[in-house]
Amino acid sequence: MAHTNYRVTDKGYYGDFGGAYIPEMLYPNIEELRNNYLNIIAQPDFQAEFQSLLKDYVGRPSPLYLAKRLSEKYGATIYLKREDLNHTGAHKINNTIGQILLAEKLGKKRIIAETGAGQHGVATATVCALKGLECVIYMGEVDIERQAPNVARMKMMGATVVPATSGSKTLKDATNEAMRDWINNPVDTHYIIGSVVGPHPYPEMVSRFQSIISEETKKQLIEHTGSPSPDYVLACVGGGSNAMGMFYHFLDDEHVKLIAAEAAGLGVNSGHSAATSVLGKEGVLHGSRTILMQTEDGQVIEPYSISAGLDYPGIGPQHAHLHKTKRVEYVSITDAEAMDASLLLSKMEGIIPAIESAHALAQLEKMTFKGDEIVVVCLSGRGDKDLNTFMKYFNL
Amino acid sequence: MNRLKQLFDKKDKDILSVYFTAGYPTLDATLKIAEELQNAGADFLEIGFPYSDPLADGPVIQKSSEVAIANGMTLKVLFEQLKSLREKIHIPVLLMGYANPMIQYGVKEFCKKAAEVGVDGVIVPDLPMYEYEELYKDDFIDNGLSNVFLVTPQTSEERIKKIDGLSSGFIYLLSSSSTTGKALNVSDEIGIYYQRVKDMNLKNPLIIGFGISDQKSFERANQYANGAIVGSAFVKTLTDKDDYLSHIPTFVKAIKG
Repeated sequence: MAHTNYRVTDKGYYGDFGGAYIPEMLYPNIEELRNNYLNIIAQPDFQAEFQSLLKDYVGRPSPLYLAKRLSEKYGATIYLKREDLNHTGAHKINNTIGQILLAEKLGKKRIIAETGAGQHGVATATVCALKGLECVIYMGEVDIERQAPNVARMKMMGATVVPATSGSKTLKDATNEAMRDWINNPVDTHYIIGSVVGPHPYPEMVSRFQSIISEETKKQLIEHTGSPSPDYVLACVGGGSNAMGMFYHFLDDEHVKLIAAEAAGLGVNSGHSAATSVLGKEGVLHGSRTILMQTEDGQVIEPYSISAGLDYPGIGPQHAHLHKTKRVEYVSITDAEAMDASLLLSKMEGIIPAIESAHALAQLEKMTFKGDEIVVVCLSGRGDKDLNTFMKYFNL
Repeated sequence: MNRLKQLFDKKDKDILSVYFTAGYPTLDATLKIAEELQNAGADFLEIGFPYSDPLADGPVIQKSSEVAIANGMTLKVLFEQLKSLREKIHIPVLLMGYANPMIQYGVKEFCKKAAEVGVDGVIVPDLPMYEYEELYKDDFIDNGLSNVFLVTPQTSEERIKKIDGLSSGFIYLLSSSSTTGKALNVSDEIGIYYQRVKDMNLKNPLIIGFGISDQKSFERANQYANGAIVGSAFVKTLTDKDDYLSHIPTFVKAIKG
């Protein structure tokens, strides 16, 4: 039987999606990366430093925690992959560590990045401080106001935070500004994209750096259950980097059911949503062919979610492919469902999740289990950054 | 016969092309500006179709795109407006914009419509050679449309040759690796780069763009190329909704000298 291929081709495609839809000005930068990233990542000294930083600086492996009370409530064996315990509080650091080492090998002196809620900005500022490299973070003017503590964190670590004042002044515009910076600084600068989006090889490169999540999970599952294959794996999707990391080593294991939770905001059809797989159409966004929310005329629609990390009008090209081939089931979770799930995990397990991750947890409420099924949920980040939102929402 | 080719057969230096965004500053400005530019002495025109996320553009063209979209400009509206393009405009006209609106419209249909209304070529900065060749080349060729690619100071000689092979019309030589509307790079290095490309004796004419804003930069570009494109510097003069046409003759005259 023909086996569907979920991996990237040498031209940078996942089925119909991916590629590098970039202006010529970015071609040399992208080509330099494409020609070198696999070789550099494979080098023993790169691997040695990468693994040692993941262990001693990030605190990996992150625990696979059996959530007993949650398991009892839902009638399944539920494990949480604790990416929230990483240094800086989310999975984002796995990718920035990988890319900063890559940038160093490529001889780059200056780092730029985009950020929405500020988690990727903080993770980038962190590794720049670690390596003593200049760091410029683009962040939508609106987000700078909404996420003041993360702006302060970046500044403390020496980063320059530049407000993106174009368009809707949020994540997609910060991404545009970072790409414009890269166009204007093509030689000495590396752009650390924070998700599995952008032109090839970014989606593949970021997936590989995040794939440590599923690599560890498989080993930890053997210790816990004797088998590396759970019945279900759940993760939330904005651009989709924690989900790609969480799914990566399960993709070819077809009897592991993979579920990705998108942000439905106030409701999929409310006009205030970020449920790209339902509302989006095929097109080109930020350098790759994927599914994105857009008008009939091809103008990008500004998405909405209570969680700033899922507030992106597209999904990574590999997600678009996994959606089209139905390898992964994409579900929509509203703000209210995610907020309830945040409170539930806090009360039942003593873990306050990021609102992003709570979208994956909320899906448990909608599933029925046979009792002995094994479920892994990626707890991609901690909820400290969301305290203001929680305080307002729950009147705390 | 393609009007671009006719132009380049007739004229091989000091060619002036002007870019402006369709639907800016008012929705119905498109053809009025085109006519005024032709009368003022522009040799060919690039009409931009706006996109919400124009990542190769600087603030001036970003802003014009934003306003044009708010004015109601879409590809459908633009093709409707361009139905009467050839009643008054006889110089070559290219459409310039980003891949996504074109893909939503349908590339085949886009090319057909463009040819129908008398458009001569298309510039899509974020449509790379590989995807053009694999997916869309036939649509362009079947409709007699030139496709114009960009070359930057960082583009390798091998790639320039490949671009020359795939291009018809001209090669859009960028004055530097930058977004639109930045001041022109006048270092010696840039002269060396222009000369290097000129010495390759490519089959396509060379037109220099990005950073051309006055007579001095226009003349300098023409030392190496067949002509130059003015974009942001022109769009900047169009902000007054009630009087955007009257400055056009003086602007063009100031550039051409």
